Amino acid sequence: MKNRRLWLGLAFISPWVVNFCVFTIYPLISAIYYSLCDYCVLTPAYFVGMRNYTDMASDHLFWLALVNTLIFAVIYLPLSIGAALFLALLLNLRIPAQGLLRTIYFLPTIVPAVCLAVVWQWLLHGDGGLVNILIDPVLQTCNGIFGTHLEPPNWLAQPGSARVALVFASLWTLGNTVLIFLAALRDVPTHLYEAAEIDGASHLQKYLHITLPSISPVIFFIIISGLIGVMQTFAVPYVLANGTDGPGRSLLFLSTYIFQNAFQYWSMGYACALSLVLFLLILILSLTMMRLSAKRIYSAAD
Amino acid sequence: MRCEPGDTPLIRTTGFLVLVAGALLSFLPFFWMVGTSLKQLSETTASPPIWWPSSPQWHNYPQAINDMRHFWLYLANTLVICALTVTGSVLSSAVVAYGFSRINWPGRDKVFLVLLAGMMIPGAVSIVPLYSLYRHLDWIGTFKPLWVHSFLAPAFFVFLLRQFFLTLPKDLNEAARIDGCSEWRIFWQIILPLSRPALAVVALFQFMGSWNDFFGPLIYLNDPKTFTLSLGLQNFQSQHGGTQWNYLMAAAVLVTMPVVILFFLCQKTFTEGIATTGTKN
Repeated sequence: MKNRRLWLGLAFISPWVVNFCVFTIYPLISAIYYSLCDYCVLTPAYFVGMRNYTDMASDHLFWLALVNTLIFAVIYLPLSIGAALFLALLLNLRIPAQGLLRTIYFLPTIVPAVCLAVVWQWLLHGDGGLVNILIDPVLQTCNGIFGTHLEPPNWLAQPGSARVALVFASLWTLGNTVLIFLAALRDVPTHLYEAAEIDGASHLQKYLHITLPSISPVIFFIIISGLIGVMQTFAVPYVLANGTDGPGRSLLFLSTYIFQNAFQYWSMGYACALSLVLFLLILILSLTMMRLSAKRIYSAAD
Repeated sequence: MRCEPGDTPLIRTTGFLVLVAGALLSFLPFFWMVGTSLKQLSETTASPPIWWPSSPQWHNYPQAINDMRHFWLYLANTLVICALTVTGSVLSSAVVAYGFSRINWPGRDKVFLVLLAGMMIPGAVSIVPLYSLYRHLDWIGTFKPLWVHSFLAPAFFVFLLRQFFLTLPKDLNEAARIDGCSEWRIFWQIILPLSRPALAVVALFQFMGSWNDFFGPLIYLNDPKTFTLSLGLQNFQSQHGGTQWNYLMAAAVLVTMPVVILFFLCQKTFTEGIATTGTKN
């Protein structure tokens, strides 16, 4: 009977077993092998040992891509998660037109990445872009009062402003996270707030000691999945920069660099080495986050 | 008695105003996108800016379709890929999720941990190995790299459906087994019909994923006639971008509109699906 169930279970999960072998195990092992090879797809892979890795250590483009990726992650993650949590807290209040507001915040997240990038390229355009139309009066007022000479930037033409532009464009899609936070906030048991009310807790105390601890597992989930996502940013910066890596390579991210090596320079071995470094980086960062937050996550079982 | 924090008239009013301001900002890009798509070229960069064209240029849309060259082919290609991946994902992940939740076999939960661990491996790692595998199979330039894997139970959907199947009462299986129902019939005739909402979430997510996918088509498709809408739009942008913003925006509206309509048709499935991904683990 037990045996029968085992075979039955295995039969049901067999599609995934094939999936796991072909699309997870095989790529992982062969990526490790290719990363030790010179490989351009057209000719068989040629074993070169650790050369791709030693090359990487002295490849300034790799370091640039790494730094760009980390800077983007460090700026974008806290900003997007903080803003999403703030919006979710507000949306959770008893306010009119709640459903409509939620819909408006969510709508940008379903826009295809290429469309999003194309639209933001236009919004950020130096000549006729909406962003500059909006900030121009502000800058002019500033200039008038303080005698400064501030001009609206040509966002996607300079390295610094291109990075800021990418953050803007990416922040447009935080509605997804807002919805997840909102669902978590709805699950916070009301009796906790009632108890706190009786104890005379202030609003801030309730937020800090009830709301945040109650939704901490969800915050943690958002941080980890956000981290995994942000470290692999590709489509939006790639299209924003017209299929390049941006002015002064400011939009060169690890994924962009892997793509360039694999499909523009056909250095597939080097691309594999880069992808494994990216994998290790994500692994180390996720594990560190788990360590750091293990003590801070409240679980209902305690 | 309402005791939730922030539930005072003052906080509520300020919060509401902040939300409205944010919503306006968030909606503005859509407004600007559609507005631009209806302008004459000279109006796109006019100073002072024209918020909404006085005579909307509806012919920009047929013009954009014409300029994209194979728009209808892109649409057909995208729909074919979407149909295949949606069918594949829904069927295969439901079967596998059933095996991970409704049959109690030794070692099941350990194997499920392996599935979860596999989800942590970034897609970037498999790009080169899969590309070279597909090359050996002579699949480059075909749709196969874009849909075949969806018939092998994508882990994320297995995870979602398993969560749902676990919430269905155990007695369903017990009773059916006593009646001599085969496991496959229990799955097909009892569990699947009860799981329509969860299956809808999987179908929707997969549809969106395939419709929006850019990287897959970018590396596997090389003939413009096989392009998807996303890739076709990017191609159009890199050839005509930077100048004819009205046509480019019209094209972007055309690519976005179907998913926006889909969203309004199944808003509930969407919001519940998203909420599930974050809270049920």
